[in-house]
Amino acid sequence: MARDNIPASVAARAKPNLFDVITILCVIALGVAIASATRHVLQPLNMPSAQAINLDPSYLPGYAMRTTLRMFAALFASLVFTFTYAVVAAKSRRAEMVLVPILDILQSVPILGFLTFTVVFFMGLFPGQILGVELAAIFTIFTSQAWNMAFSMYQSLKTIPEDMNEAAKCFGLTSWQRFWKLEVPAAMPGLIWNMMMSMSGGWFMIVYSETISVGNTEITLPGIGSYVGTAIVHKDLAAIFYAIGAMLFVILAYDQLLFRPLVAWSAKFRFETTNSDTDTTPWLLRLMHRTSFIRWISDYIEGFAHKIAILPIGKRPFRQSYLSKNKISSKAIDMIYIVVLCLLGIAAAYYIYQAVYGHISFDEVLYVVGLGFITLLRVIVMIIIATIIWVPAGIWLGLRPEWAKRTQVVAQFMAAFPANLFFPFFVVGIVHYGLNKEIWLTPLMILGTQWYILFNVVGGASTFPGDLREASKSFHIKGWLWWSKVMLPAIFPYYITGALTACGGAWNASIAAEVASWGDKTLKATGLGAYIAEATNNGNVFQVGLGMVVMSAFVILFNRLVWHPLYDFARRRLSFS
Amino acid sequence: MNMLNTQETLIEVKNCKQSYPKENHSELVVLDDVNVTLKSGEIVGLLGRSGSGKSTLLRIVAGLLAPTKGEVRWKDQLLSGPAEGIAMVFQSFALFPWLTVQDNVQLGLEAKGVQKKEREQLAEEAIDLIGLGGYEKAYPKELSGGMRQRVGLARALVVHPDLLLMDEPFSALDVLTAENLRTDLIELWVEKKLPVKSILIVTHSIEEAVLMCDRLLIFSSNPGSVAHELEITFPHPRNREDLAFRQLVDKIYTLMTHREPAKINPNEIDVKQANSTQFVAIPPMSMNLMIGMVEALFAEPYKGRADLPKLAQSLQMELDDLLPIGETLQMLGFADMAEGDIILTELGKELVHSEIEERKDIFRRSVVKNVTLIRAIRSVLDERSNHKASAERFRDELKDTMSPEYARQTLSTIIGWARYAEIFDFDEESDQFFLDEDDKNVKE
Repeated sequence: MARDNIPASVAARAKPNLFDVITILCVIALGVAIASATRHVLQPLNMPSAQAINLDPSYLPGYAMRTTLRMFAALFASLVFTFTYAVVAAKSRRAEMVLVPILDILQSVPILGFLTFTVVFFMGLFPGQILGVELAAIFTIFTSQAWNMAFSMYQSLKTIPEDMNEAAKCFGLTSWQRFWKLEVPAAMPGLIWNMMMSMSGGWFMIVYSETISVGNTEITLPGIGSYVGTAIVHKDLAAIFYAIGAMLFVILAYDQLLFRPLVAWSAKFRFETTNSDTDTTPWLLRLMHRTSFIRWISDYIEGFAHKIAILPIGKRPFRQSYLSKNKISSKAIDMIYIVVLCLLGIAAAYYIYQAVYGHISFDEVLYVVGLGFITLLRVIVMIIIATIIWVPAGIWLGLRPEWAKRTQVVAQFMAAFPANLFFPFFVVGIVHYGLNKEIWLTPLMILGTQWYILFNVVGGASTFPGDLREASKSFHIKGWLWWSKVMLPAIFPYYITGALTACGGAWNASIAAEVASWGDKTLKATGLGAYIAEATNNGNVFQVGLGMVVMSAFVILFNRLVWHPLYDFARRRLSFS
Repeated sequence: MNMLNTQETLIEVKNCKQSYPKENHSELVVLDDVNVTLKSGEIVGLLGRSGSGKSTLLRIVAGLLAPTKGEVRWKDQLLSGPAEGIAMVFQSFALFPWLTVQDNVQLGLEAKGVQKKEREQLAEEAIDLIGLGGYEKAYPKELSGGMRQRVGLARALVVHPDLLLMDEPFSALDVLTAENLRTDLIELWVEKKLPVKSILIVTHSIEEAVLMCDRLLIFSSNPGSVAHELEITFPHPRNREDLAFRQLVDKIYTLMTHREPAKINPNEIDVKQANSTQFVAIPPMSMNLMIGMVEALFAEPYKGRADLPKLAQSLQMELDDLLPIGETLQMLGFADMAEGDIILTELGKELVHSEIEERKDIFRRSVVKNVTLIRAIRSVLDERSNHKASAERFRDELKDTMSPEYARQTLSTIIGWARYAEIFDFDEESDQFFLDEDDKNVKE
């Protein structure tokens, strides 16, 4: 019998090879790096070594390491959050009523605004220690990743095919076994894809959050972000180039070492029954399959995970009754629950009113809403400009298979790259040529998120059915007719997805983009983003809160009134199924 | 074949009723007063049209669903959930795509806590028995439909269940593959190689039922209940060309197309009249399909009258495909069904002879006369000055008498008919019926 659980490769190549040596070395190096990077965390804040950033490029690898570790820590926290929050929301009907709307709102809140609150909170938790600031930075990244990961998990759990559920119950899997054997695997592809998407936002946040100044406390965490911040203060253009190079390397490594293999691996958890692995296996996954050392470890981990997953914890399945006997009492509990929630809401509203009363005038609110409209105008203009540029380009590229794949990889990479590293170049340009800051700071908002439009349009154009292309060719459809009746409707659903993402990102980026500095010169445009940024700088919690509430309202309303109807329309009318 | 003396009662379903509450405090009855007893050594078939509640009954027996009323006994114990000793094969296979064939097969054993060594032993036996040897390390995605269902079978058999439940196990497969799997299964059963005592199979294919089962329960719809029970004593392997086999198939067709007088239950009749159920559910039915069928009936070799089993065979259609067409034609007055035959009416013949515009006229008259819903919508549209009406209202009214899914289906079908006959049109964007210029000119 050949089906023992020892992989064939182990038996075939028991001798350690070169790959084994390399991988072992890499693992050891990683361990050392982590150890040395975390050693400084517990130092008191006023120690000089914690603050001074050296612009010598030889320090950059160390800074990049610290930045990357923060990213990992946040990712871990996001996963923990996802596996608790989303699971509770999916399993408990009553919890669902509250948790899902909360998630929906949190998704629309401008993440950068959180900084004020979290820094204060975590510094209060660990006074005088740099750990507090570290945690605040990590929390900021967490807030840029956790919501959509949790949402994806929740949706996967809610949409498990009914027959799979029945099969699992039929074979007597307990709730614990069902969770690990059915629900988690089913959620895997969506979760990993969302993790990757979250990453893009995460890099932007991390670069921004490493130089935190709240009120009169200015803290600098060693990392790529603070390196750039210091370079800006010293007007060191070369250092910014170095930082961009380091960041490129880090993101490339993240992509190649973590996400390519993960995405390829997660494909096996998809429910589609067609065998569609036309993509080539990432080199790291191939390496892992071929290296007996890694194989041994991964098999060991897999076996261990399997043992945990199959532990008979939890209830055996029982029948669902549609007419449960205690229906009335259950309804009564529902009522009580809703009443309690309402009371809680009222209490919260009253509390907010009490806290805010006297700090924010009605005129201030009007003023901030006005600023919101100015930023809204910026967002809309930028989306239009990005559309005019990237839609034709994306269609052109997407229709050429040899280009489409490469463009998508590049666009995805560009979206992940923290655009704020490029901001100094713009600022230098604006200062040097004396340009209008109100206009020329605006493109910074879309710098990082425009790529989502390109990415999605290329995806749409490359899946355009070949027979429709031939049909339009055979009827000699050309020029405007081709654009308006053939191509634009076909890519519209994809475009909407991209534009929606780009728009959300642009709002958030406005906080970082409407205020920019170079050396001692600070450029400030008029807008809601600048308002929040300035309030953060001054440590005015009430103004930050007001700004965030108004911005969230703008984002939510814009989504509900513009994107959702468009998206619905696209799905109903312009999809091929 | 059955040893009558040693027959052990496995499942007893007593007076089971399954219904779902609806918004307006009424209920949708899916199963009504069903009694079934299952003994060891027999293959029992549940045969019925889609929506007759046979799959619901299977899920009740599987312990996945609790009946609204009545009780289920498994080996004399009250069934309160999925029982050990009952395993199920699914129509959609329901395999875990991330597990290999072997891991899929072993899953049920693992849940039971069987030791690794025994697990592998049992899995190997089941895999070899069902003809999957060599595929152990393959993932379901890599297999054809037939092979996937073999995995589904092995997964169920590996736990050595006393009762094997099969929910339309071959209906997702093509004809040849299904035949191949069916034959293999029956062969194993006859040779007593299957580690099961009894099989309960849900099917909507009459031939499949007659090929496999020792006993057949024929379901009627609305609400689902057992209308007939038949013993089948032909020895295996059965030959579908045998005269006796054909006669039995014919008989079942007759039983299933026979219009039963609605069950009279004094309590229910009041409820129904109070709700004034004037709208009936209409299955998805395109114009092309109906006209195609009328033309096929008119042509050689049927010349206006066809034997349903023969028609089904020559058109490669199952009961669920064929009967809805026949019933719809009957409702519209284009055909009649009686004694397992379908007969074209004079109006139906007229439809065949007519040209496009004439055909629309005939169809329009028939639809307006026979379909209450279309008549109701048109009269509302005629009354309104803007000739528009929201579809929501009609959808809600339909939901009083049928499930939301049927309501959606019915509306979508009659919209197709009304568009063809130019009675009214529908705007999806605003979810409204409306009259366009052409429609307005058409008077009844």
